Amino acid sequence: MIDAENQTIYFKKKPHIIGNYAIVGPKEGKGSLNSYFDYIMKDDLFGEKTYEKAERKMVEQAIMGAIDNAKISPKDLKLLICGDLLNQIITSSFAARAFDVPYIGLFGACSTMAESLAIGASLVNAGYIDNVACTTASHFSTAERQFRYPLELGNQRPPTSQWTVTGAGCSILSSKGSGPVITCATFGKVTDFGIMDVNNMGSVMAPSAASTLISHFKDTNTTPDDYDLVVTGDLGKLGSEILLDLMEDHGYKLGTNYNDCGQIIFNGKQSVLMGGSGCGCSATVLNSYILKKVRTKEFKKVLFVATGALLSSTSTQQGDTIPGIAHAVVIESDDEVDRKNAKKESE
Amino acid sequence: MLPWYQYLIVFAIGGFICMLGQILIITTKITTARILVLFELIGVFLTAIGIYEPISDFAKAGVNVPIIGFGAALAKGAIDAVKTQGLLGVFTGGLGAVAGGIAAAIGFGFLFGSIFKARTKKY
Amino acid sequence: MTEQERNERYNQYVEAKIAKTHPWPSLFNAFCIGGLICVIGQLFNDMLLDVFPTLTTQNAWTYTLIFLIFIASFLTGLGVFDKIAVHAGAGTIVPITGFSNSIASPAMEFKNEGIVFGMCAKMFVIAGPVIVFGTVASIIVGLIYLFV
Repeated sequence: MIDAENQTIYFKKKPHIIGNYAIVGPKEGKGSLNSYFDYIMKDDLFGEKTYEKAERKMVEQAIMGAIDNAKISPKDLKLLICGDLLNQIITSSFAARAFDVPYIGLFGACSTMAESLAIGASLVNAGYIDNVACTTASHFSTAERQFRYPLELGNQRPPTSQWTVTGAGCSILSSKGSGPVITCATFGKVTDFGIMDVNNMGSVMAPSAASTLISHFKDTNTTPDDYDLVVTGDLGKLGSEILLDLMEDHGYKLGTNYNDCGQIIFNGKQSVLMGGSGCGCSATVLNSYILKKVRTKEFKKVLFVATGALLSSTSTQQGDTIPGIAHAVVIESDDEVDRKNAKKESE
Repeated sequence: MLPWYQYLIVFAIGGFICMLGQILIITTKITTARILVLFELIGVFLTAIGIYEPISDFAKAGVNVPIIGFGAALAKGAIDAVKTQGLLGVFTGGLGAVAGGIAAAIGFGFLFGSIFKARTKKY
Repeated sequence: MTEQERNERYNQYVEAKIAKTHPWPSLFNAFCIGGLICVIGQLFNDMLLDVFPTLTTQNAWTYTLIFLIFIASFLTGLGVFDKIAVHAGAGTIVPITGFSNSIASPAMEFKNEGIVFGMCAKMFVIAGPVIVFGTVASIIVGLIYLFV
């Protein structure tokens, strides 16, 4: 049913994630990963006048935080790769004003974190550039007014809908230094399985995730069991269940090492229906929980698949079906890569 | 004041109409704007065929408070105005009858919109 | 398998996969809160007629609607309305309170984009169709009664 192959590129020169930082809103701060986040906002306006300005400030703080974490100075930063959900990616571009650094804006909806890491790692691996900041952000209140309804409107969220995460995450990539290594990336194809329901994003993105995963496993000749963690971006509960089914149809069994950022960021008691979504969801989970666990060697090899639904309110109103996309990167701990290289040399 | 069982009727019929709306939400994923329009048009239709008045005499606020009553007022205004003013009534009757409701909604919307700020949903 | 067949099958599969929840609690909530709002309207209407016996029925109802619209706008402003509505669903949308909330909520939301093109223009993003459909329908009904 899903045919995918030869979409993976390999990074031999060890692009390291030398610094990472995650900032989240108050609701996310009460979720199950709260001890991993670097900063939890007390108020999701973040001292600004509008939610859009708050989102920008979050991106700025995430970049500054990651710079500190990487122990470099702001002038060492050579490139910013940013993305977000708003029209004309205003959050990213406007936040980039605060930095005297070249900037690339990306839009891949909620898949942007993996996309930015893959592009950043490619540039670092090619030797063109060091100290690349890859960052994405989303904000519940800005996404809600752009894609859905006014905040104070008295409507019920359909049971299949997800909760846009308020948060920003930033990773800094460099060939020098130490830290988790991005060893390969699989760029995804746009898939459209004819879903039209804007309140059911999980089912839009699950086929995209399956397509990218199948290509990745084929290309790298690995199985899900070769990873300590296979984590998708924000499929939510329903989307994850669909992905498990789709993968099983194609002969891959995702086991207990599979998880979904949208499901782990909130705890069961928070009324978020299917789970979290938005660029900020995968970005904050990656840059807190996952990377910290890779640094402590608890995870040695992680397959990070960020998924996005590529819709706009115009396309929805015109009755178009919703396309989805997923990009994957493999993040391995430093030792693991060295060990493998040593093994290869001895052979 | 009305006898207590009248309030029970109001409660039951008003609740029943809202429940119909909820059934629509669950089964068809209908949006807020469409629900409002649909129930309003039901009110217009019931008035146009002349059966709204007996229902309203019986159910009182049970049908007048739901937006069905708003639609009914629009239609009734147009019908009454046509009888007294002819063609002009076609245009002045409907909105004239609900002017109070629309002006209040816009006026209070403007007032509270200027005072208050939208806050992030908790649920 | 053509793409269309695949999509149809996938849509059916997703539809079947969605966990079915019991509709009863939400129907019960909509019934109770919707009914309660109607009773509040009736009580206000009756008290009004007790205090001002000279009011016509029509005018008393208009006052009642204005009262409910005021309450709904005010609760929207305080941020309470959407918290009730999350449980009530159609129980707060179908009564006139839903119309009031649909005007007040975008007014609050979009005032950051300015008074003219933000607040005032966007005030009708949800309520606009209600006014348009209602007006057009009343013109049609008026025309029918004019010629029949």
